[in-house]
Amino acid sequence: MSKFLTASIGRKFVMSLSGLFLMVFIAVHLGLNLLLIFDDSGSLFNEGAHFMATNPLIKIMEPILGLGFMIHIIWSFFLEYQNWKARPVKYAKKNMSGASSWASRNMLILGALVLVFLVIHIIDFFWVIKFSPEEIEHLAKGDYDLVAGLFKESIFACILYIIGGVLLGLHLSHGFWSSFQTLGVNNKFWLKRWQVIGQIYAVVVAVGFSIIPLYFMLGLYK
Amino acid sequence: MADKILKELKIKVWRQKNAKSKGKFETYIINDISTGSSFLEMMDILNNDLIEKGIDPIAFDHDCREGICGTCSLYINGRPHGPDTEVTTCQLHMRKFKDGETIIIEPWRARAFPVIKDLVVDRTAFDKILQAGGFVSVNTGGVPDANAIPVSRDDAEEAMDAAACIGCGACVAACKNSSAMLFVSAKVSHLANLPQGKVEAKSRALNMVSKMDELGFGGCTNTRACEVECPKSISIMNIARLNREYLKSRLSR
Repeated sequence: MSKFLTASIGRKFVMSLSGLFLMVFIAVHLGLNLLLIFDDSGSLFNEGAHFMATNPLIKIMEPILGLGFMIHIIWSFFLEYQNWKARPVKYAKKNMSGASSWASRNMLILGALVLVFLVIHIIDFFWVIKFSPEEIEHLAKGDYDLVAGLFKESIFACILYIIGGVLLGLHLSHGFWSSFQTLGVNNKFWLKRWQVIGQIYAVVVAVGFSIIPLYFMLGLYK
Repeated sequence: MADKILKELKIKVWRQKNAKSKGKFETYIINDISTGSSFLEMMDILNNDLIEKGIDPIAFDHDCREGICGTCSLYINGRPHGPDTEVTTCQLHMRKFKDGETIIIEPWRARAFPVIKDLVVDRTAFDKILQAGGFVSVNTGGVPDANAIPVSRDDAEEAMDAAACIGCGACVAACKNSSAMLFVSAKVSHLANLPQGKVEAKSRALNMVSKMDELGFGGCTNTRACEVECPKSISIMNIARLNREYLKSRLSR
């Protein structure tokens, strides 16, 4: 195992597997969040949130998810440092735009920006729900009012969450097919398929997460 | 029809006395270059000028000048082998440049490819990777009948496509991580696809990858820049195969 983790390919497997795990989480998270815009009374979202908070399987998965995030984030900085060391003298002029996509070259920057968003996001909601439930009790309708309240109150928060969704989408536009390539689950037939599925997934995530703050920002709720 | 003439070009080139010295860019002016001449011919003309002026000529690698040996390198205007696709520098023509243009020429930049002099880098790292596993064990003796070992056409084609790699190092130069994955994957693939390569299959991927890591190449982040800049268009599907082969070898011991 130690040999596996010191080899470049082994290290990439860790990024790929943790990334795939997080992508499953994102899909579930998006599905639940979309309940916010399908029921303005908020009871649908509250029920969903309650189910997630009390379900024993989710309770088990929560710390594993935290670990998945930690591994993916810390490992990425370590690997990027390793890769950066492989070219001690940099080029004076680079013209890489024709040969590779911007997102693929800037996964660390995109990931770091998503991380900044993630920290703000956790402070906004997860922290309040988890560690100061008395604040929720002040609100008549629970979790829905916490989330919808923030978006109704602050245009700044709405814009921040839209940017967060788009950044995540860009990160996934490379990350999705790339994880399958790293695992070796790819060939000349599947490359296009993984890329198309990945682009669709990235657009669904970016649009799906952005549409929620947009919905409240534009005052489409009753 | 006669080729157009580029009246003046500014050549900004990396000059470095030896492996230990620091190195810096120098700019030279060169006149009346035919667009029909190759990039290396332009370098020859520039070097003649420099010799006449008593300046040390620019050292650069070249050999066959037919695009098949993989010796010529040069990172030209931000791209390995310059502004053309599927060609080596010797097959790059001056018609790809405009009159009055400044052309920036740098050596391959990678920790594993140290500069020896000017634009010449030491690529023995690739030889070391090959020595670690890029071979097959065969009995000496008479040549066996060509059809004695059945090979499917698809496998043969994929093996031949991978074997087209000339080991020039453009993949490393193009990669933002200076990764040698395309080179290693091409070598692993062309043997893994054929029955003759099965004998060492288990150790080959492991040994070549561990040598690659040891020599200081970076990791692959699937940007695909390597396959675009590769003069032989080696596909990154070979990297997927290398990843598979590596995982198989690792799990089998």
